[in-house]
Amino acid sequence: MLTKRQAKTFFIGGTVLFAAIFLGLTIDTLSNGLPRNTHPEKMDDQVKLGRYLWDKNNCMGCHTIMGEGAYYAPELTRVYSRKGPAYIRTVLTAPEGWQPRGRNMVKYDFTDEEVEALIAFFKWMDEAYLNGFPPKPWLQPSE
Amino acid sequence: MKYKSQKVAYYFFAFSMILLLLQVTYGFIMAFAHMGYDGLHEWIPFNAATATHKNLLVVWIISGFMGAAYFIIPDEAETELWSEALAKLQFWSWAIVGVIAVAGFHFGWFEGRKFLEIPRPLDYLVALNVVLFLVIILMTLLKGKRQTTTAWVLTMGLVFAALLYLPGMVYFENLAVDSFFRWWVVHLWVEGVWELIMGGILAYLLIRLTGVDREVIEKWLYVIVGLTFLSGILGTGHHYYYTGGPKYWLLIGGIFSAMEPLAFLGMTAFAVQMYRKGNKRHPNKLALYWTLNTAILSFLGAGLLGLAHTLPQVNLYTHGTLVTAMHGHLAFWGAYGSLVFAVIAYAMPLMTGRKIYDNFIGNLAFWTANIGMLGMTAAFAAAGVAQVSLERLAGYEFMEVAKVIEPHFFVLIIAATVFTTGILLFMWNFLLYGAPSDEAIQPEGEPVFQVTT
Repeated sequence: MLTKRQAKTFFIGGTVLFAAIFLGLTIDTLSNGLPRNTHPEKMDDQVKLGRYLWDKNNCMGCHTIMGEGAYYAPELTRVYSRKGPAYIRTVLTAPEGWQPRGRNMVKYDFTDEEVEALIAFFKWMDEAYLNGFPPKPWLQPSE
Repeated sequence: MKYKSQKVAYYFFAFSMILLLLQVTYGFIMAFAHMGYDGLHEWIPFNAATATHKNLLVVWIISGFMGAAYFIIPDEAETELWSEALAKLQFWSWAIVGVIAVAGFHFGWFEGRKFLEIPRPLDYLVALNVVLFLVIILMTLLKGKRQTTTAWVLTMGLVFAALLYLPGMVYFENLAVDSFFRWWVVHLWVEGVWELIMGGILAYLLIRLTGVDREVIEKWLYVIVGLTFLSGILGTGHHYYYTGGPKYWLLIGGIFSAMEPLAFLGMTAFAVQMYRKGNKRHPNKLALYWTLNTAILSFLGAGLLGLAHTLPQVNLYTHGTLVTAMHGHLAFWGAYGSLVFAVIAYAMPLMTGRKIYDNFIGNLAFWTANIGMLGMTAAFAAAGVAQVSLERLAGYEFMEVAKVIEPHFFVLIIAATVFTTGILLFMWNFLLYGAPSDEAIQPEGEPVFQVTT
């Protein structure tokens, strides 16, 4: 029968082993996988400003990006190719705040520079490879 | 209650209850908004409501953990807290930072990082506060007459939870890198070190409530926390499938996530088995119900419902939909909400001397809260599955689908009302216990109904 000492060894040994593997994979992900898929070299000052604004205004408090966030407003990973920059600009500069189908988006007073920065950020996001996410729908009823 | 300073726990429990009530209120605001009624939008837009809802959750659960530690550690170490005055200072500073953070969300003072929305200047205050908390706990443990496995597992859970907060305080320009480390905090908390805290608290409660020998319980405690880390550390991979990471996370995350329910199943088997072995003589039935509830619902919510969408093939379609909310609600409630309730139900009669062990209100609270939460989970499941089918599989626009699934949020609100009734009844009981009193001190400690074998 298992003794308390053996159980303790199992706990400590397992934890150390799997934490070490996890750290190894983390290093690989940060140095190889993530840069290959997300092109940090394309993050110029404009993209960085867009990324900052994305955070500062808690956009993922309603939207998702890379599938992460809240589920109150659309997924925006591919919004740049799906809707185009002109549409995004219209949404971000709607004088009374964007109101899709009766739902309210917060009214933001972005400057032109900030609007363009957010668009640049979405373009950068659009070019990231996310292992096939978002998936292509099986059917396309709206088209 | 054996030691006077254990009473500090009461402050944390009371604070925890207030925050929970607020969290539920914000949940209603969000559910109504999903149904199309967002009349509070001008004052509390959805992104402020969601930040508040999620952070109140984190803060009320951690307040519960802190209260539990202040109650359990002196008892286990057989000594008064290292400093009761500092513990009170820690409480007030914790409460003030918490209130500022939540108020700040309403003025747009937040960061768009799910679960970690508290802005960085406040992060430093949180860190300082937690250091003070850990110093008090560690000093108490070190000066104590004995150092039990239960106390160490609980303490190490708290220490690692604090350490893992740090990667979330660094700013990474690349959103994908930021997300990578955000999961170091959130995942390695809830599916890692928080389970140490949970294991420690459950072990303490089971020792007290079932009378089973400490050595037996603590041995299985090691096995369970061992299983947790064995599956949970690499299980972090299920957050890295579609967020810019390399492909191997699909394989690693898939395999280890599939093993994660085992740890929770172990927790369930552990608690149920100890209950069956126990002598069932402890009068505090409410504490026992909540303890077993934690063990069982955590398996259902965190284990099974997690598994329902962590296979990469499934997650490709469910990632970023209400299916996640389905899992999230029952997981947090089952594993951590219910655990805090168990500690409160156990500690309050001992701190106040009022033997509310098995009353009608307490039983009603137990059943309504749980039935309500199961109903909420079902409503989220229906909404989530409909969303996945229509948006991800059939290709309808997000807002078209949002309109179609509005009725599910009506069901959610009904279920949430039942849940809230349970929460209010539990709080009524909390008030019935009254304030802690020195008269409740039992110098010999609580009688242990040891199982004789």
